[in-house]
Amino acid sequence: MDYARRNPRVVCVTNDLTKSVEADLFRETFPDRYFSLGMAEQNLVGVLSGLAREGLEPFYPSFSVFVTRRPYEQIALNIAYPNLPVRLIGFLPGLTTPGGVTHQATDDLSLMTTLPNMTVLSLADATDVETFTDSLPAIDGPVFCRMPRGEVPRFFDEPFRLGHARVLSEGADICVLSTGAAAPHAARACETLSAGGVAVAHLVISTLKPFDDLRVTEAIADSPATITVENHLTRGGLGTAVAELMAEAGIRTTLRRVGIRDTFTHGGRPPYLFAHYGIDAIAVIRAANGLLGTSMTLEDEVVAQHSGPHEDAAEGL
Amino acid sequence: MTSAAHMSPPDGDVADGDWLAEVERVAAMIRRRGFELAEKHDGGYLIQACSSAEILATLYVRLMRLGPPPANRTPRPFAGTPGPGRATQWGGEFNGPDVAGADRFILSPAHYSTAVYAALIETGRLSSDALDDYNSDGTTLEMIGAEHSPGIEVTGGSLGQALSVGVGRALWRSRCGDDGLIWVFVSDGETQEGQTWEALQSAAAFGLGNLRILIDQNGWQVDGPMATVMPVGSITEKARAFGCAAFEVDGHDPLAIVAAATSGPEDAPNVVVCRTDPRRGFPAISGRTDAMTHFIRFRPGEADEMRASSPLYSGALTQ
Repeated sequence: MDYARRNPRVVCVTNDLTKSVEADLFRETFPDRYFSLGMAEQNLVGVLSGLAREGLEPFYPSFSVFVTRRPYEQIALNIAYPNLPVRLIGFLPGLTTPGGVTHQATDDLSLMTTLPNMTVLSLADATDVETFTDSLPAIDGPVFCRMPRGEVPRFFDEPFRLGHARVLSEGADICVLSTGAAAPHAARACETLSAGGVAVAHLVISTLKPFDDLRVTEAIADSPATITVENHLTRGGLGTAVAELMAEAGIRTTLRRVGIRDTFTHGGRPPYLFAHYGIDAIAVIRAANGLLGTSMTLEDEVVAQHSGPHEDAAEGL
Repeated sequence: MTSAAHMSPPDGDVADGDWLAEVERVAAMIRRRGFELAEKHDGGYLIQACSSAEILATLYVRLMRLGPPPANRTPRPFAGTPGPGRATQWGGEFNGPDVAGADRFILSPAHYSTAVYAALIETGRLSSDALDDYNSDGTTLEMIGAEHSPGIEVTGGSLGQALSVGVGRALWRSRCGDDGLIWVFVSDGETQEGQTWEALQSAAAFGLGNLRILIDQNGWQVDGPMATVMPVGSITEKARAFGCAAFEVDGHDPLAIVAAATSGPEDAPNVVVCRTDPRRGFPAISGRTDAMTHFIRFRPGEADEMRASSPLYSGALTQ
C-alpha cells in the first residue's frame, strides 16, 4: 500500500480473489487504479500487458496456480517477452493450502524461472513481505513473487535486498539453503543440529532468479555437504538452481534436495502435507543424518497422519 | 450515437474525396506484393493478403489517426529480443509515435505481417525496398512478425491473445480520457480460442467504445475451411451477445468498413466482421481445394497461371 501511495503508476488487477489475496484494501483506497477482470486469467494477463504498455506498473495478486500455470503462454509472450514491468504475486505457495492439487502451486518457481527476463522471488518472512517492494523500481522487467499469507514468521530485521541471501547461522560442517515457507522448518532442523554439536551454515534464499550471490557459492564450497529445503518440486526450484550452480562452479560436494519429489500432491493441512511429502524439519534432519552419519531426532515429531477436519482448513479458497 | 471525434476523417495526406481510390490502390498493391513475395520465396501467406487487403488499406489510409512515421523508414537489422536494458520493441514506430491522442494498431494474427509490411510501404511509412530482406536471416521483417517488425506492436503469433492487450490499452486510455483509439485486427480462426471471448466480455463490461476490432472472416484455417474443421457460428451475433456493437460487412467494401467502424454507441466496443474472399484478386486459386492454401506453395506453372488470370496484372487494379 505504501508502495502504491508513492508510485501513482501502480495499478492492481484481480481475478475474483480480491479479498483472498488481501487486495480489498487497495480496492477501497485506490478505486481508480483497481480492475476486476473476473475468472478469465488468459485475458487478464493480456490486459496486464496492455496496461504496462500504457506506462503503468500493474500488480496481479492471486493464488499462484492462477498466476503462473493457467496463463503460462500469455505470460511468456505478452509479459516476459516484451520485458514489461508487471508484478505477478503468487499466494498459496506449494503445500500451504488444503485446496489440493488444483490450488497447490508446486511448480510455479520452475515455470517462472524458465522464462527469460523474469525475476523470481520466494519470500520467507514478514520482513521480506514488508520490504521487497523497495527493490522493484530497480528491476527492469517483470517480477514473479511467491508470497506467504496470513501469519508469517519474522526471521530478519535486515530488509530484503534483491539477490542477497540472508545468513541465519554460520558453520563448516554442513550447509543448509532454504526458501519460502520451508525456511522455518529448515531453521528448526538447524537448531536441533546445532544443539547436537553440528556447525550449520543456514542461508535463506529469497531471490531465485537471478541466482548469483557469491555468498551462496562460498557457503556451498566451504562445506562438505549441502541440503536445499523448499516447498516446491525438487526439480526446477531451489534444488535445481543449486545443482546447476555447483556443477558450473565445479564445486565437488554432495547435495541433498529436500522438496516435493516427482509427484502431484493432494489436499490437507500444511503440517500434515509437509510431513507426508517430506519437506518438514524431520526431513531435513533425515537428510543431514544421511550426510553426516549421525542419528539425531526431533523431540516433538509431527507424524504424517490424517487428523480431523479443521475450520481453518477451508479458509480463503 | 457516434463520437464526433471518431467520425471525422483522420489526419493524413489523402484528401477527403480521394481516399477511396487510394484505398483501392493500396489494397491492390498489398495483394500484388503478397503474390510476388510468395513467388520469390516459394511459398507464403498469400490468401491472408488477398482477404485482408481492403481492411488494412482502409485502416491505414482512412480510419486510423496515426502520427508521422520515423524519419528513417528503413527497418533496422535484428538487434536482439527485448530484455533488461534492451528496449527493442520499435516495430510500432512505423505506426507513428506512441503518444496520447494517437491511435494504436495491434495486429493479432502475426502471419498477416506480410500484408502489414505492404500496407506500410504503400502508405509511405516503410521504405519501398524493405521487402527485399523479407524472411531472410537477421532481418526484422519476419514471416511471422514480432515487436521489432515494422508495424507490429504486439507479438501476436500465438493466436487469440493480442485482443486482450488491446483491451488493457483501451481500458487505461478510457479511464484517462485519452481519445486515441485502439484498433485490433483479428482473424476469424482466432474466435475458436476461448480467450477471444474473455477479451470481448471484459471490453464490453468496461464499456470500451475506444476499442475497434476488425475481424477478417475469410473462412479458412490451416486444416481447411473453418466450417469443416470447427465451425464457430455467427461471430457477429456472438459479439452482440457479449455486449459489443457488432456489424457484418463486405470486407472488400471500404465504404461499408468505414461506416461500420465509426458506428455504434460510445460506450461499447465496436466489432466489424468483414466477410472476405481469400481468393480475391487471384481467381486461379479457386482450383485449389486442399488445405495448403493457408501457406501457399505453388505447383509447377501455377504462379504464371495465377498472374495471367489476375486482374491485378491486366491493368484493372481491383477485381
